[in-house]
Amino acid sequence: MSRPAIEVRNVSKVYQLGTIGATSLKEELGRFWDRARGRAQAVKTGEFVALRDVSFDVQPGQVIGIIGRNGAGKSTLLKILSRITQQTRGEITIRGRVGSLLEVGTGFHPDLTGRENVFLNGAILGMSKAEIRAKFDEIVAFAEIEKFIDTPVKRYSSGMYVRLAFAVAAHLEPEILILDEVLAVGDQQFQRKCLGKMQEISTGDGRTILFVSHSMAAIRRLCQKCVVLRNGEATGPLDIEPAIELYTENLTESVYDLDVSQSKRSWGAEARVCRMTRLRVVSSNFLAFGKPFEIEVHLECYRPITKGLLGMAFNTVEGTRILTLDSDVNDRTFDLQPGKYVLRARMENMPLHPGFYNFCISVGGGGHFFDMLDAALWEVKTSDEDRWSDRGAGGCRIEPELCITPESGTAPAVYDSRSA
Amino acid sequence: MQNETADFEVTLRPTTGWLQIELAGIWHYRDLLSLLVWRDFVAKYKQTILGPLWFILQPLLMSVVFTIIFGKVANIPTDGLPPLLFYLCGQLGWNYFSQNFSASSATLVNNAGLFSKVYFPRLVVPLSNVISNLLTFFIQGATFAAFYIFYKYAVHQGSFGVTWHIVFLPLLVLQSALLSLGLGLLMSALTAKYRDLIHLTPLLIQLWMYATPVIIPLSQFPKEWRWVVALNPMTSIVESFRLMLLGTGTVEPLYLVFSILFTLVSLVAGLLLFGKVEKTFVDTV
Repeated sequence: MSRPAIEVRNVSKVYQLGTIGATSLKEELGRFWDRARGRAQAVKTGEFVALRDVSFDVQPGQVIGIIGRNGAGKSTLLKILSRITQQTRGEITIRGRVGSLLEVGTGFHPDLTGRENVFLNGAILGMSKAEIRAKFDEIVAFAEIEKFIDTPVKRYSSGMYVRLAFAVAAHLEPEILILDEVLAVGDQQFQRKCLGKMQEISTGDGRTILFVSHSMAAIRRLCQKCVVLRNGEATGPLDIEPAIELYTENLTESVYDLDVSQSKRSWGAEARVCRMTRLRVVSSNFLAFGKPFEIEVHLECYRPITKGLLGMAFNTVEGTRILTLDSDVNDRTFDLQPGKYVLRARMENMPLHPGFYNFCISVGGGGHFFDMLDAALWEVKTSDEDRWSDRGAGGCRIEPELCITPESGTAPAVYDSRSA
Repeated sequence: MQNETADFEVTLRPTTGWLQIELAGIWHYRDLLSLLVWRDFVAKYKQTILGPLWFILQPLLMSVVFTIIFGKVANIPTDGLPPLLFYLCGQLGWNYFSQNFSASSATLVNNAGLFSKVYFPRLVVPLSNVISNLLTFFIQGATFAAFYIFYKYAVHQGSFGVTWHIVFLPLLVLQSALLSLGLGLLMSALTAKYRDLIHLTPLLIQLWMYATPVIIPLSQFPKEWRWVVALNPMTSIVESFRLMLLGTGTVEPLYLVFSILFTLVSLVAGLLLFGKVEKTFVDTV
């Protein structure tokens, strides 16, 4: 057994609350003055433990996913591993050159041309000029910006910018690669290309990769094992499915049945008209691609609502609205009297591509009664029948009714129309 | 594979003490250093009309202003030298230091975004400033040389000339570089903690110039008070520049030694404090 590429031993990171954010000299002098006059008491500041005794090993050539909710400590762990900051306690041994990619386009200078930025960015990521020169054509071709390589990057579209940035990073060749959410760049087509490239990197030459992502599809596709972080504590490396289960279990612990009566996320011009008390998925205890689903909303009305409508929407984690379900698309509205109601909205077919979505909900009509953005973070899972969800299709995926007519002289097509 | 990667084994431990400087790391990133130098220079002037000409104009205009205000109006003597040449020479010595100092002291704050996303030896950035400013220094040196030739061979004004001391010019430039780097790193580490110091730096540089014999030569001060002026490590440097390039300057061995010691102490202090702060400074951004 070869020695691990990365050994993490009892690593903790403690942030001093109160010193987060720079202090000003004035405050410090004021504190000093108070102390000097014996008036004060060191202000007891709190601590925030971002990582607590984290230990795990990564074997050479392994592709390890790191998953956890926002604030679970993923970024902190990556920052420590990539030497951007230092742990408070514990020890890490790394065997191999590390390249880390916590953001694409780090250090790009807007006034410099694409060509110049490739060299600058490459050097910032740790490549030598000779290495960059050797890969230059490959990088430019991958980014698909041959024509604009001598244009200052400030004139690039944001798509071109991230493509170039990812291309540089993808051609980095350290033994250990640390990646954070870089898949969230570019359009769908380019994301697929990125994913393909990363798969190539990870399977190609036995490189060790640590990969942080919120996309379970990407994790399933790329990683062999997963470390799950929860409130600064790490479990793993586990196999992918148990890891994702652990993550979603603790992510969705009653997430599909929420008591939202106290939620602070709701707002509305006339908030006193009604409020939502409970929000749940009733069809099953999760959402799955291509499957029917039903969302249940418990509403408490204080005043009559006339010409009301229920609006629901799914946003991507990046904030793009991707699916809207409005009850009044065909001008059908409802009138409600003061009291309690249960509204159930049903769809026969969940068209959303598997992934995580923020669910937003509102009740409107004669006014804006109630609006709750990001009411829940829900995962749309892959269904068993769906073998193609890692095709990289974006947004919604709906099966059209296909009609194939043979032209003269051609045999009729065989089409499995399940309508029968 | 294993043997190969074992060469790069690194153990990361929390460091509480004062850290050693990673010279090997800087060497590994030498290509980055050279690219940053080049970027500093190119990016600064890419969308300007006059480009690097600004390097010539800036000290020249300042010297003209000094000549009018301090030379003609206030009548401050210039050691018998043509005032324009005197001020140009003073600024040649001073500007390199002040540019380095102001760039280095902004290192951590200006690059916080970059530093919080990628690791490389942080010292590469201030080092690149010191090197790219060297180019500015050469351009200003050429300007000075042009005026030197003009005054010496066309106008025949005053008796001045380069002395043999000029062989030490590279050492003097090196000292300016190290002094500005040391003080800049100290300032940078402090501004990382106390943001408001960033407003102090330009003011400090401005005042410091007046405390340095850029305008008023050291010879104008009474002998018994000169040591006070010489407590400023830049005094010896600017006076030495004049002695080397124009043949008149008040350079005393004692002041010179003090200035060199000051440089070394501030360099060591700057490297240590910067090294300590850079480890976790992204946590407080």
